[in-house]
Amino acid sequence: MAQPTTLQPTAASTLDAPRTGNWDGGNEPFKASYGKLMMWFFLLSDAFTFGAFLTTYGMIRHKHEVFTGEASAFHFSTKWWPIPDHVFNAFPGMGHANVPLGFVALMTMILIFSSVTMVLAVEAGHRMDKKDVQKWLLWTILFGTIFLLSQAWEWGHFIRGHEEGTLMADGTVFHGANLSMNQYGPVLFADLFFFITGFHGTHVLSGVCLLVWCFIATTNGTFEKRGHYEMIEKIGLYWHFVDLVWVFVFTFFYLV
Amino acid sequence: MSAPVAPDHAVAGEIAKPNTGGIWKIFFVLVAITAVEFAVTFAMEAQSMRTMRNSILIGLTILKAFFIVGEFMHLKHETKGLIWTILVPSVLLVWLLVALVTEGSFIGETLSNMFS
Repeated sequence: MAQPTTLQPTAASTLDAPRTGNWDGGNEPFKASYGKLMMWFFLLSDAFTFGAFLTTYGMIRHKHEVFTGEASAFHFSTKWWPIPDHVFNAFPGMGHANVPLGFVALMTMILIFSSVTMVLAVEAGHRMDKKDVQKWLLWTILFGTIFLLSQAWEWGHFIRGHEEGTLMADGTVFHGANLSMNQYGPVLFADLFFFITGFHGTHVLSGVCLLVWCFIATTNGTFEKRGHYEMIEKIGLYWHFVDLVWVFVFTFFYLV
Repeated sequence: MSAPVAPDHAVAGEIAKPNTGGIWKIFFVLVAITAVEFAVTFAMEAQSMRTMRNSILIGLTILKAFFIVGEFMHLKHETKGLIWTILVPSVLLVWLLVALVTEGSFIGETLSNMFS
């Protein structure tokens, strides 16, 4: 082997040169750079966190009774788990119109679209096309922000509740939801909604912040000087992961 | 050493044309799967079709995840070692989910039949 495999005392002039030995930084496991590999491992650990949330959701949901009558005869009760399309059926600007899951479908589309613009930014980075990177980053930031605002509206509607409300055990009619009471069903239903969509929303918010930083760095020419746009790829991985989590939340919280 | 080399066609001063056909194809696949998921949710509302409906929905979700992770996150084109490193722990996670959902059903049944 031409290169020394352990750290050797070297002359001052070669100290700054990149190390190429197998054990001092010259080897890339899995042919992926350090940063990308660590991002993959971070995302795996983040998948554990969301996996824990969804596992908790699955277990608690299956512990509760299901509504066994006709879907059209469904009404809210703390006795059984609510049918999601009866809870999430409002659309901004449409008053009391019944649009089951309509707004969630739109939010899903927005997030998938932001994922596509993110891939396009990564692709532009491969071509060292600064203008295109800026363009697609801006689109991704825009769609990410729209998603966050949509979620804020969704939360607002969930917290304020439906017109009819639900008769509680103490004889009062309760509208909306908080952490200890809700009109839709068992207490834990609202708790899990707040925690799961809230944790996902926090991730989207961090993603948007990272993207804004990326846009500033691109504009300043940081990546161009560095000779590669790998940072966009790493943040892209994170952004796709957030989209991936939403795909699962969409199925398990809203559809099933 | 770890700095990735810029692709050959990225000659200084000359920017290559974008090649994005594949990306848009994946996008339309994802939109189509989401539309099917949506249709299935409302077409199979009857109680008797619940298990089948949920199986279809979960299958479609995993298909969507496959496209996002494989193509958008590029995992399909990484080395075998990295693919297994990510996949094996995720499969164990699915196992945990299935185990605790079953446990949940059991707890629910036991609680509601406690005095009968």
